[in-house]
Amino acid sequence: MNKLLNVSPSPHQQSPETTRKLMYGVVIALLPALAASIYFFGMGAIIVTLTSVLSCVAVEYLIQKFIFKTKPSISDGSAVVTGLLLAFNVPSNLPVLIIVIGAVIAIGVAKMTFGGLGSNPFNPALVGRVFLLISFPVRMTSWPVPSGFHTSYTDAVTGATPLGMLSEGVKNGEAVSAIMDKIPSHMEMFYGRMGGSMGEVAAAALILGGIFLLGRKIITWHIPVSILVTVTIFTGIMWLIDPTKYADPVFHLLTGGIMLGAIFMATDYVTSPMTHKGMIIYGVGIGIITVLIRNWGAYPEGVSFAILIMNAFVPLLNMYIKPRRFGKEVKNG
Amino acid sequence: MLKTFPKGGIHPPENKLTADKPIEVLPLPAQVTVPVAQHIGAPATPVVEKGASVKTGQLIAQAKGFVSANIHSPVSGKVNKIEPVIDTTGYKQMACVIDVEGDEWVETVDRSTGLVKEITMTREQIIERCQQCGLVGLGGATFPTHIKLTVPAGKKCDLLIINGVECEPFLTSDHRLMLEKGAEVLTGASIIMKALGVDRAVVGIEANKPDAIAHLTELAKDFKAITIQPLKVKYPQGGEKQLIKSCTGREVPSGGLPLDVGVVVQNVGTAFAVYEAVQKNKPLIERVVTVTGRSVSKPGNFLVRIGTPVTRLIEATGGMPDDTGKVVNGGPMMGKALSMTDVPVTKGTSGIILFPEEGSRRAEVLPCIRCGKCSTACAMGLEPWLISALSEKGMFEKAEQEKITDCMECGACAYTCPAKRPLLDYIRLGKTTVIRMARERITK
Repeated sequence: MNKLLNVSPSPHQQSPETTRKLMYGVVIALLPALAASIYFFGMGAIIVTLTSVLSCVAVEYLIQKFIFKTKPSISDGSAVVTGLLLAFNVPSNLPVLIIVIGAVIAIGVAKMTFGGLGSNPFNPALVGRVFLLISFPVRMTSWPVPSGFHTSYTDAVTGATPLGMLSEGVKNGEAVSAIMDKIPSHMEMFYGRMGGSMGEVAAAALILGGIFLLGRKIITWHIPVSILVTVTIFTGIMWLIDPTKYADPVFHLLTGGIMLGAIFMATDYVTSPMTHKGMIIYGVGIGIITVLIRNWGAYPEGVSFAILIMNAFVPLLNMYIKPRRFGKEVKNG
Repeated sequence: MLKTFPKGGIHPPENKLTADKPIEVLPLPAQVTVPVAQHIGAPATPVVEKGASVKTGQLIAQAKGFVSANIHSPVSGKVNKIEPVIDTTGYKQMACVIDVEGDEWVETVDRSTGLVKEITMTREQIIERCQQCGLVGLGGATFPTHIKLTVPAGKKCDLLIINGVECEPFLTSDHRLMLEKGAEVLTGASIIMKALGVDRAVVGIEANKPDAIAHLTELAKDFKAITIQPLKVKYPQGGEKQLIKSCTGREVPSGGLPLDVGVVVQNVGTAFAVYEAVQKNKPLIERVVTVTGRSVSKPGNFLVRIGTPVTRLIEATGGMPDDTGKVVNGGPMMGKALSMTDVPVTKGTSGIILFPEEGSRRAEVLPCIRCGKCSTACAMGLEPWLISALSEKGMFEKAEQEKITDCMECGACAYTCPAKRPLLDYIRLGKTTVIRMARERITK
């Protein structure tokens, strides 16, 4: 029995969970929302998604191969997730070149400059999106009108988002109830028949993906629930104070990027806190900042900014919000 | 509602392949190798010469000091040599090699099988007997039992917990012992209670052993002071601090011992050994070992004499499968990988697990994605991602502040890591460094 045995310190078995499985789990969870986008925005959604995913993966590959000179790790799926999320966060009529710029910023600047997967402080897809929003404000806020599947792309008929109409209307002194008559019903918004970034519109599909993420234990409830509850409470209070000036909480939950942000963007492992307590503080912060921007900010929508701002607090949250150490403060009779 | 500890824990595949395999007595080998250090503390000093004839149960190495344990001959025969051999730790250490001739026991051992329930010894006599018989904790830590039974002045003990959790996957030796020697285990628990001067004992058993729970609950009707506590299945519930928390809600303070909350924990195997030592005057010369693995043709539980080569155990299960890549002494989570199988079974060998080549090597390490799964898994409320990174970077003072020494090395963090980071390797490095630094501070 002279067989050479492998020797290593314990543990001698590991869970079947891998980074790649987690990333592709997120991709699977995004598929219902992608299907809804293709249904509502047609060819444009397909072109935007393919461009974004391919350019994100390509940028990561090129940087790793020619600048880092390391073995490219695009197969871990993280660039695919970033590509999908970037696509979900832009209008479906965005020209290819602008998407490529967004991918270069998202992967090249927001992710790889910090060292790649695991090292970036800010959510790459959101950095890409906000860069595009500031650089191409008109392109980034011309929203195709949803309809059944169609083949138009940059020539799609555009209109305003519900949040844009609300913001505009309130500024012009219209009552909220009058504005509400002009925008889709809550039920239509729940299924996604409204203007907006291509992946954010279908709350129902996003929630379905969220249930998958929770069931597959890729995310925990702490971040999405704390964001959504905070938004509900904050907008609820404002609505009770003055329903003619402020929209109801359900409207706020169903419009804009709140579902996409709460379920998929804010839960990004790398840029969110490590402890459950930290996650709740982070979620509450995102909820509050989102509502502040929506109600009183210059932009009609603020989820992206809210998440990026709270990303900046994550190192602090990790430093000061610690798990309760076993045997630290002991109360034994 | 099953009890358990509140924070952390994982649920690896149980793989209890040998749960229904009765304990088999392994035939005596031709030669045994008995290391003189099978316990925590000073190695024992050999008291027999080369060429001497020894009987089964005869003292062959005397404990050196208080924190040490006697070693007895597990067989009868001739001492072939006393020299350093490689043991399960992979290091060379002194051992008595004995050629087996028959099986002649020393006369003082009562070899009858009947249950002796009545405890006639006093507290002091019990502790002395445990010391004489070389008893150590059989859960794996091998801490000398007589020390654990001696409650230091100023400390109060009001509860004994018998650890029947066996939370490591694959292992079933404690499970089988509870099923087959339940009355002896409970009598052993009563003896330990007397030694500690406590009037209550709890046997903690995880719910994946319903037959053991039912059997001991039935038997415990005759032991008024002992209750059986079923526990939710969760690794690492067999850790002393977790088990105490699960059973009583008491929390051992950081850096403290179970006695700080008035509890002593003993493994079921130890309780059985205490029974045999006190009621039958039998020294610790054999133990139950689970030999298992997914490709092993006849996995089983064996009653093995100490010093038997692991190779013999593997042969008893139908030989080493061709695909074997790793042999682990102990459980898959905390056991030690053996570099060769020609090493002897010692008092701390609870299982031998054969892993196939596939999966026995470390997976490729990817960057930490900060998912926090390790923090969620840690039953001690530590942040493995942080303390492992701190020791990787040599920031040991910071690691000490982050309570790295509270880590019990259960491996739940490294198990759960999706990026397959060697978290525990770095934490071990940090722990030893921090402990050394703390010692240097004291001596300065």
